[in-house]
Amino acid sequence: MHERLGAVITSFAGWQMPLRYGSETAEHQAVRRAAGLFDLSHMGEILVSGPGAGGALDYGLTGFLSGLRPGRARYTMICAPDGGVLDDLVVYRRGEQEFLVIANAANTPVVFDELRSRAAGFDAVVADATDDYALIAIQGPAAAGILGGLTDLDLGAMKYYAGAFGSVAGAPAWVARTGYTGEDGFEVFGRPADAVGIWDALASAGASAGLVPAGLAARDTLRLEAGMPLYGNELGPDLTPFEAGLGRVVKFDKPGDFVGRSALEARSLAGPSRALVGLTLQSRRVARHGYPVFADGIQAGAVTSGAPSPTLGHPIAMAYLTAGTDARDAVLTVGIRGEAVPAQLTDLPFYSRSR
Amino acid sequence: MSIPAELRYTPEHEWVSVEGTVASVGITEYAAQQLGDVVYVSLPSVGTAVTAGEPCGEVESVKSVSDLYSPVDGEVTEVNTELDDDPSLVNAEPYAAGWMFRVRVAQDGNGDAALPPDLLSAAEYEELTKSAG
Repeated sequence: MHERLGAVITSFAGWQMPLRYGSETAEHQAVRRAAGLFDLSHMGEILVSGPGAGGALDYGLTGFLSGLRPGRARYTMICAPDGGVLDDLVVYRRGEQEFLVIANAANTPVVFDELRSRAAGFDAVVADATDDYALIAIQGPAAAGILGGLTDLDLGAMKYYAGAFGSVAGAPAWVARTGYTGEDGFEVFGRPADAVGIWDALASAGASAGLVPAGLAARDTLRLEAGMPLYGNELGPDLTPFEAGLGRVVKFDKPGDFVGRSALEARSLAGPSRALVGLTLQSRRVARHGYPVFADGIQAGAVTSGAPSPTLGHPIAMAYLTAGTDARDAVLTVGIRGEAVPAQLTDLPFYSRSR
Repeated sequence: MSIPAELRYTPEHEWVSVEGTVASVGITEYAAQQLGDVVYVSLPSVGTAVTAGEPCGEVESVKSVSDLYSPVDGEVTEVNTELDDDPSLVNAEPYAAGWMFRVRVAQDGNGDAALPPDLLSAAEYEELTKSAG
């Protein structure tokens, strides 16, 4: 279907995914100004159900999932016993005893294996349901209007980070007001057999409002502008949530032990070893993943993600700097293929939508 | 995907068009599509000596940065300064307004431009893009 639309396809975690359909900059702008339609079926879906499902997730993840009300979602992480991040996740509580865990494609096998072993001893069943779902995201200020005409759900009443079962274009789906673009938007989890029908219905209903199909390239610049971490770039097994500035996802005050608790408590007390910062360049050259960052001429870290910002019109980047780097007062530069290019420290996110 | 028959090509996805002893150089439509939106092109200065197969500039896109290789030996006589203001010309018109630089190449015994023997024909280049998937 995507190739019919002229997509450039990329291999990603074993999936053939649309990188872009035309211009990724135009796709990016469409999401900021109108709406974009994304096929995210590569994402992993893991169902955790049973009377002990909430307790199993409280033990297995950093968040307090049994405290989540049905119909609501939470951004959380799964950590190793040493506190290293194994993946960042969105968890939907779809019922008293049913949670849907969304994992990054490449990490889904690890998350599934870990959750299954961590759920041992709880009255809960962990199932990899990735092949049971196609995930289509509609993101942007026009998303609610477009999807609203194709669903029986009252989207006006659906809060951010909430979800509900309903129908979309006549097909059953779990619909949630979540996303990874920094815009309002929805994610539709439908049956794979219904995916093309849902996609086509949204595409034709949205065309007059400016909706365009959008690929992984636009998704990456959108999330970067929104200051959202990407696993493998800003998150990984050698980092805890505290380095990424996401210590708030670690709920030390929840009841009971959880995997990684003691290591994370120690890291929380000692402070992070590195700090994630935002950088802005007034250059036409772009700071990219892996490029060194210098403070007063001394290497202080490296870029984790960087791109020319379509919204802001100049290159932006996220980078880890060694703890203790006086980033506020130092002269920061990025080494771009041998040239030291000045960079300004910038508060994250680079872009926030007006509400 | 357009691969004009009258041009010559490199495996690094540059095209060459020769008039007299001046070679015009750009990147192919296939390359522009693979790179995505071009945001900056760094070109050699006029007067620079370039060598076939050696990097002489950079093409920066939203997703990546790639070396630009000179397909020919010679001296740069002109660069496309329009790309400074509008690098998207590389995506929009890779074989026309998106050209990058011109090189004066040496003459062979017949007074024609002396081109490297390993430049590809349009058919050979098309074959290469197909095998690259």
